[in-house]
Amino acid sequence: MTGLLGPIMVIVWKDVLLELRSRDLVVSVVVFGLLVVVVFNFALNNTPGRSEELAPGILWAAFAFAAVLAMNRAFVRDQEQGGLEGLLISPVSRDAIFLGKALTSLIFMLLVEAALLPVYAVMLDFSALSWMLILTIFLGTLGFAVVGTLFSAIAVQTRSREIMLPVLFFPVLLPVIIAAVEASTRAVGGETFVGLGRWLPLIGVFDALFLVVCPWVFGFVVEE
Amino acid sequence: MTNAATEAVQVRSLEKSFGEWPVLWDLDLSVPWGQTLVLFGANGVGKTTLLRILATHMRADYGSVAVAGHNLRTRPQEARRRIGVVGHRSLLYDDLTCRENLVYYGRLFGLKDHGSRVDDVLEKVRLSSRADHRVRTLSNGMQKRAAIARAILHEPDVLLLDEPEAGLDRESVSILGTLLAEWTDTGRSVVMTTHDLDLGLDWGHRAGVLRGGKVNFPDSGSTDSGSNTGASGIRQAVADALETER
Repeated sequence: MTGLLGPIMVIVWKDVLLELRSRDLVVSVVVFGLLVVVVFNFALNNTPGRSEELAPGILWAAFAFAAVLAMNRAFVRDQEQGGLEGLLISPVSRDAIFLGKALTSLIFMLLVEAALLPVYAVMLDFSALSWMLILTIFLGTLGFAVVGTLFSAIAVQTRSREIMLPVLFFPVLLPVIIAAVEASTRAVGGETFVGLGRWLPLIGVFDALFLVVCPWVFGFVVEE
Repeated sequence: MTNAATEAVQVRSLEKSFGEWPVLWDLDLSVPWGQTLVLFGANGVGKTTLLRILATHMRADYGSVAVAGHNLRTRPQEARRRIGVVGHRSLLYDDLTCRENLVYYGRLFGLKDHGSRVDDVLEKVRLSSRADHRVRTLSNGMQKRAAIARAILHEPDVLLLDEPEAGLDRESVSILGTLLAEWTDTGRSVVMTTHDLDLGLDWGHRAGVLRGGKVNFPDSGSTDSGSNTGASGIRQAVADALETER
């Protein structure tokens, strides 16, 4: 594991440094996330009595769309500037490359969500200060990051990558999105861990499955 | 340079096709330690494909390939540690400085002393004054020199260079020539492709022509660069081989 950790952190360091230089990913995803929530808020005619019912759905629709936007960029810079080739000819395992890229995506997504959540809480009138909600968001985002990284690696090799990613991404992540919405509905309603029932463990199981399968598949995806 | 392998590069019965289109077939090749093999060939004969296979970036369909004694199919990671690659792209990030790019690669290759090593290689390719400039601000030639610095950073046993002189000015070509001579003098090996007959024959200990999926050696012997008495004969043989291909 220590052999994996070093390269993973190097990849994360490089991606964070590149993002700090360009700021194109986090800023654009935050703006997009804000637009989505504003549109949904007016389209669904959210009123104080309905916010508990509507907020989780709007929240996860915005997070899911934002994730697609973020994941679309996950490998673009590496592909365009040859960094992916540089990684592939370095003595770093494919698992480490995958986990490094997935961890970077997770960090970026969590940053975006941390910026958006208070705004959503105000606009949709719910309390964001719920550990259950934060845990749900973390587990859901972990699933987004892991699956998104794999499909981003596939999509970046195709000509229609912007279309390809959501087509691959949403069907696989549907169970996670459904479970995240259900768990968030209960968390927003003030339920405890027990009250979240099977939904939170379900996200956890899917995350664990993705964490095993996706790095393995990634090795085949990047093989030329 | 410490390596128990008898040959720096050993290729046996290599085959590679793209769909129905065979590029390399039944290709045998060996490069001894301390030598530069220069590969010539027309466009599309598979020079870059061969280098990409040697660099572990592409899998062969059939055959065995070993670099620095490591079979690329069974021990690719060990082989990658021993290989340095300069291709058509610099493999550097535009928004990072030269130093940051090299530190990044140094860490990926697990170099303990990457700070001083980065300074050394930047000095070698005469980029010390531009070390902290972003790669996007450098000229193409400077980016190529930075790519050479990246390739030699981890002191690989085998350097793979795909048309390394492309885009370089005369001074940079001279720097590269000196570097390659130093490289082979210390017992390490180089495999490079080029379209520049004079340069290739000047730098290489052996010259091969990739044709019909195989590497042919028109000289059928070695040429000591600088003192090759039969240089004109070899030049003619390589030129003839290339002409036949066209």
